[in-house]
Amino acid sequence: MEYILIIISAVFVNNIVLNQFLGVCPFLGVSNRISTAVGMSAAVLFVMTLSTLITYLIQMYVLNPLQIGFMQTVTFILVIAALVQMVEIVLKKISPALYQALGIFLPLITTNCAVLGVAILVVTQEFSFGGTPALLTLPQALVYTAAMAAGFGLALILFAGMREHMELVGVPQPFKGVPIALITAGILALAFMGFSGIV
Amino acid sequence: MSKWKIITQGIIKENPTFVLVLGMCPTLGTTTSAINGMSMGLATTFVLMLSNYVISLLAGFIPSKVRIPAFIIVIAIFVTVVQLVMQAYVPALYQTLGLFIPLIVVNCIVLGRAEAYASKNKPLDSFLDGLGSGLGFTLALTVLGIVRELLGAGSFFGLKLIPGDAILVFILAPGAFLALGYLMVLFNKLKKA
Repeated sequence: MEYILIIISAVFVNNIVLNQFLGVCPFLGVSNRISTAVGMSAAVLFVMTLSTLITYLIQMYVLNPLQIGFMQTVTFILVIAALVQMVEIVLKKISPALYQALGIFLPLITTNCAVLGVAILVVTQEFSFGGTPALLTLPQALVYTAAMAAGFGLALILFAGMREHMELVGVPQPFKGVPIALITAGILALAFMGFSGIV
Repeated sequence: MSKWKIITQGIIKENPTFVLVLGMCPTLGTTTSAINGMSMGLATTFVLMLSNYVISLLAGFIPSKVRIPAFIIVIAIFVTVVQLVMQAYVPALYQTLGLFIPLIVVNCIVLGRAEAYASKNKPLDSFLDGLGSGLGFTLALTVLGIVRELLGAGSFFGLKLIPGDAILVFILAPGAFLALGYLMVLFNKLKKA
């Protein structure tokens, strides 16, 4: 039950892009085609879950016992940057097909603020799912992260679908490009507001 | 290029938000009021100036293969400085901006200026370039903050101007997208005229 609450809350109610404003750059940048949107979402899901696993362990077993919590930002970004590089190298050797599909998106992920954002969120924010507020345990943190990434994928793919249609419509000159994309995203965010209050 | 021109270029002609469309996450996430937007902009400006300066000094020593991770570490150090200073002196503001302060590290503007300008230019010029881009970013965030606060809460820098209820949605998430979208339309229109 608790996990279902976490998933619904992360995917719909607190959608990472439309409600928390993390990962807006790739949301606007790679949402021209549904196929690229799917590739990007898969890469984010993969890297985000893996990096949260590692950063969570580092926070709990290295930073906290040594009381060097102020090193969090420096450590986490290093871990994420190294991880992305490593994933790229490993994928190239082990699964060329997957590398082909995700390859071009991987370098973009290092500077995707959603990855660092969620890594910091799960170790600092206290959540109350039907009980007293507390930090997430490791399994909860992983489910939360995966659900956040799924929420990113959902928003990105929905948005890409809308933008594919929008290419066929005559948009007034000053609205062309980013402005109309932002306004569309605003309307999508309005629709997602309907979910607030569920959990 | 004159020193003055380096600064003004980042403010209008290459405005990070309206022209280059970089750093969207903090732009949308922290502009619930004018003062929040401005503080976020100034925090980013501080990081931009100092990281540009230091990266420009170090650029000759860093092997080009590992330059991006090296740049990120320099940036992360200054972000940590900002984090600790804000936590100590303006804890309330630090709470409101929350996650977006550590996320300055992954702000594309900071890394973008480091890679595109600071790694190839003199320290002082890089410092001024950081100042210009930072002020351009601050300007955009303040304008967006003013618009959202005025429409969503009926106030201007915390001063209540319009009595009664306002259009609350502009302070919530969808309002951020809508307000920035329409501001960009206006910017495009004015630029052409």
